[in-house]
Amino acid sequence: MTDLTDLTVAEIRDGFRAGDFSAREVASAFNANVAAASALNAFIVETPEKALEAADAADAARTSGDLKPLSGVPIGMKDLFCTQGVQTTAASHMLEGFTPTYESTVSAKLWDAGAGMLGKLNLDQFAMGSSNETSFFGNVVSPWRRNDGGNAPLAPGGSSGGSSAAIAARLCPAATGTDTGGSIRQPAAFTGISGIKPTYGRCSRWGVVAFASSLDQAGPMARTVRDNAILLEAMAGFDPKDATSLDLPVPTWEAGLSSDLKGKKVGIPKEYRPDGLDAEIAAMWDRGIAWLRDAGAQIVDVSLPHTKYALPTYYIIAPAEASSNLARYDGVRYGQRELPEGAGLQDMYAATRAAGFGGEVKRRIMIGTYVLSAGFYDAYYTQAQKVRALIARDFEQAFAQCDLLLTPTAPSAAFALGEEQDDPLAMYLNDVFTVPASLAGLPAMSVPGGLDAQGLPLGLQIIGKPLDEQSVLNAGLAIEERAGFVARPGKWW
Amino acid sequence: MTESTYRIQGATGEWEVVIGLEVHAQVTSEAKLFSGAATAFGAEPNTQVSLIDAAMPGMLPVPNGECIRQAVRTGLAIDAQINKWSRFDRKNYFYADLPQGYQISQLYHPLVGEGALDISLDEKNPDAQVKRIGIERIHVEQDAGKLMHDQHPTRSYVDLNRSGVALMEIVSKPDMRSPAEAGAYLSKLRTILRYVGSCDGNMDQGSMRADVNVSVRRPGEEFGTRTETKNVNSVRFVMAVVEHEASRQVDVLEAGGKILQETRLYDPDRNETRSMRSKEDAHDYRYFPDPDLLPLELEDAFIEECRQSLPELPDAKRRRYQEDLGLSAYNAATLTADADTARWFEVLLAEGAKAQKKNESEVAKASANWLLSELYGALNRLGKSLDESPVGPADGAELLALVADGTISGTIAKQVFEIMLETGGKPGAIVEEKGLKQTSDTGAIEAAVAKILADNGDKVAQYKAGKEALFGFFVGQTMKAMQGKANPQIVNELVRKALS
Repeated sequence: MTDLTDLTVAEIRDGFRAGDFSAREVASAFNANVAAASALNAFIVETPEKALEAADAADAARTSGDLKPLSGVPIGMKDLFCTQGVQTTAASHMLEGFTPTYESTVSAKLWDAGAGMLGKLNLDQFAMGSSNETSFFGNVVSPWRRNDGGNAPLAPGGSSGGSSAAIAARLCPAATGTDTGGSIRQPAAFTGISGIKPTYGRCSRWGVVAFASSLDQAGPMARTVRDNAILLEAMAGFDPKDATSLDLPVPTWEAGLSSDLKGKKVGIPKEYRPDGLDAEIAAMWDRGIAWLRDAGAQIVDVSLPHTKYALPTYYIIAPAEASSNLARYDGVRYGQRELPEGAGLQDMYAATRAAGFGGEVKRRIMIGTYVLSAGFYDAYYTQAQKVRALIARDFEQAFAQCDLLLTPTAPSAAFALGEEQDDPLAMYLNDVFTVPASLAGLPAMSVPGGLDAQGLPLGLQIIGKPLDEQSVLNAGLAIEERAGFVARPGKWW
Repeated sequence: MTESTYRIQGATGEWEVVIGLEVHAQVTSEAKLFSGAATAFGAEPNTQVSLIDAAMPGMLPVPNGECIRQAVRTGLAIDAQINKWSRFDRKNYFYADLPQGYQISQLYHPLVGEGALDISLDEKNPDAQVKRIGIERIHVEQDAGKLMHDQHPTRSYVDLNRSGVALMEIVSKPDMRSPAEAGAYLSKLRTILRYVGSCDGNMDQGSMRADVNVSVRRPGEEFGTRTETKNVNSVRFVMAVVEHEASRQVDVLEAGGKILQETRLYDPDRNETRSMRSKEDAHDYRYFPDPDLLPLELEDAFIEECRQSLPELPDAKRRRYQEDLGLSAYNAATLTADADTARWFEVLLAEGAKAQKKNESEVAKASANWLLSELYGALNRLGKSLDESPVGPADGAELLALVADGTISGTIAKQVFEIMLETGGKPGAIVEEKGLKQTSDTGAIEAAVAKILADNGDKVAQYKAGKEALFGFFVGQTMKAMQGKANPQIVNELVRKALS
């Protein structure tokens, strides 16, 4: 019998419906993998009982003929989504022990669709990081190893590194992620899986611990493009509780999947091929271009002239919003409170925030506070907003000539843990290809494009027009079919 | 337009005071500005708090359309520019009564732009001294919670019931020049808000409070440095703050000192202001557009609907009372100074016209006089306000109709009114029950007159000898004999006839 944990979401759904196995068998198999993978540190909280409970409901629903779209499918939940009755920490000490009385809109939609929860996945603290090393609960370790025999533990990417590692290691068939500047796409690329950040506003932000409100967007991560389509259908939809939510019907993305790209034009932005681009990344990109041409697409060269300003723009806007969004963690109402002997209110704030936030979070709060402060606001924040508009206009103009863009997801394969930790700028450079689409609010996806010489996965990024997730998914499917990516990490944990 | 002549006489000459007010008015709405939580005053602490108001992780604000509508209506009532595109900004600072760590407000693009209102400086003659006070802007923002320091010896408590309640901040131009003008402006603004129904104007409950900006200068010179006295919660206190702060500033300047731009606090018990914090330690609020909210874009149809929903406003109503109803300027001003009074009067008027089958203008004077003298006098005595009046406008109209059609005399009406105040009874029923109907039976009155004249032969002789003042004596005696129920006109006629 096949190992149930090797199945995709679609295979689990269909096999369960066909009666090949029970939902309880599936949940139990994943629970066992989760329990045996503590070396990866992918989960902050494991909830095997929740997975079984949903599985039993699915098994009963199958008997009564009352199946839902995700009945029988257990998933992992990034610990940035508030889950009622289950600790939600954003991987911070600040929220250690915080148990919400409410359920985020996206997670509620997934449970309503029949999915079960295997646990809360580790992440960079408050989703700030590209390696998962900023988690208060320790870094996630990628299941992948370089084939150089060095066995250096590798970063799973970030911030959705618990999600990427868990999926690659078959601890869950799919998981939620959130993407502010690349937090779904970069970890997906690092671990040989797929993930899509939909158009800003597709998924409700209600109940998701906020990092940078104008950029934060939830999305799915899974091993196949089809699975991403299935998950995204369940997660997306208008939410009156989020003023930035799009009041539009949710397309039937899975039914619309087609790898035939005839009539589609794919733009190749020249600014994404800077001098010194890693040769293996460049070669993979060229293979991706060939695959899309093979699928019927016409390839055109385009220019996104303001690309080089995207990273500094992002690292002004995101910290500015974060510095304000994280002001609520003050020790007054919930979460950590540090109250030294004789402390007044200001002392309590200082002590609580000093103890509750990690170094990277503090760095971003300070950057954000600085760029918003009197005398600097216009030079930084106002200027960044103007550049953001220019970057969005770049995309608009490019999309006058093409339907999609193809780029690498990240400038390198996964790096070793600790390798870039001491140099924030080097770490921020990981986001150089993912940040522009975030600033423009566009749908963007990473799919595996192959392995590098060290046997590590590399990702290709597809960026689409606003609301055109379907074309993004279809191009992803065309690559997936041609890349034939079947590599998986050898089990060492 | 009127130029103020209010001057402070300093040791070195005359000073002029310049005043601007920032009024915070709580928007009348069932729910808060960005959450569905209730807004009732006086609820148990922390019982009207949603997850959003407590700033739980992942919570998001969604604008309450009713609050926006009320602010737009208020803007239209002061002839202001309504900005079809406005935006919410975050004002960042840490305090225990501010759960989000920021207040959602509107700094850069307020909902309402420039407007104005007219104040009257002569109560007796409202059109004689009118001054137009400019209004800079109205923006909407969240209120903060409340700290309670008196619940525990060493701890402070936080009540978040008010956290997130919608406020309008109404910012005047520095157009006022005397305590009286500041008082008149605040009163007029309160009147308009209450007419519009966008704020209940209850200053003692904190639903309307003013920050008072005061500076002094030599008449005609440049503006001086201003101070801002925060959270002043009555018209009287606003006037006291202006008076006190202006003379304090004059003292400082005349002693060779400088006015510091600072925030001050008013202590009503001592009638003085004191420094709270200076500009140097002012917060850097790091305002920036709230990324959780989209810009607010209003459609013409929405603004038009707001305009249509406005009631007749106080100035228009006062003029109509004078021109159409023929009321005196003073009475018209008094009746329209408060929306509830005007509403009460208009019911009285409508019921009166109906009962007497007359036009409203024909019953207006008597109705106004009765309301302002009889009813107000009685309510004053009882220590009650108009909305607590034991006599309603329909009953008042019925009473006035009984006088008008001669059923009872004015004197009897006063008696009936006293009974109404005590029992809440209907005037018609009281007159019937107590047998107070006025008699016009000339036979009975003639008999009474004849008896009075016969009993007072000496006085009749004096009258006929030229002491005409005795006429009133005979009328009074007749009325007394008739127990007040005789029609006074008929009594007059019959007495005159009998004496001639």
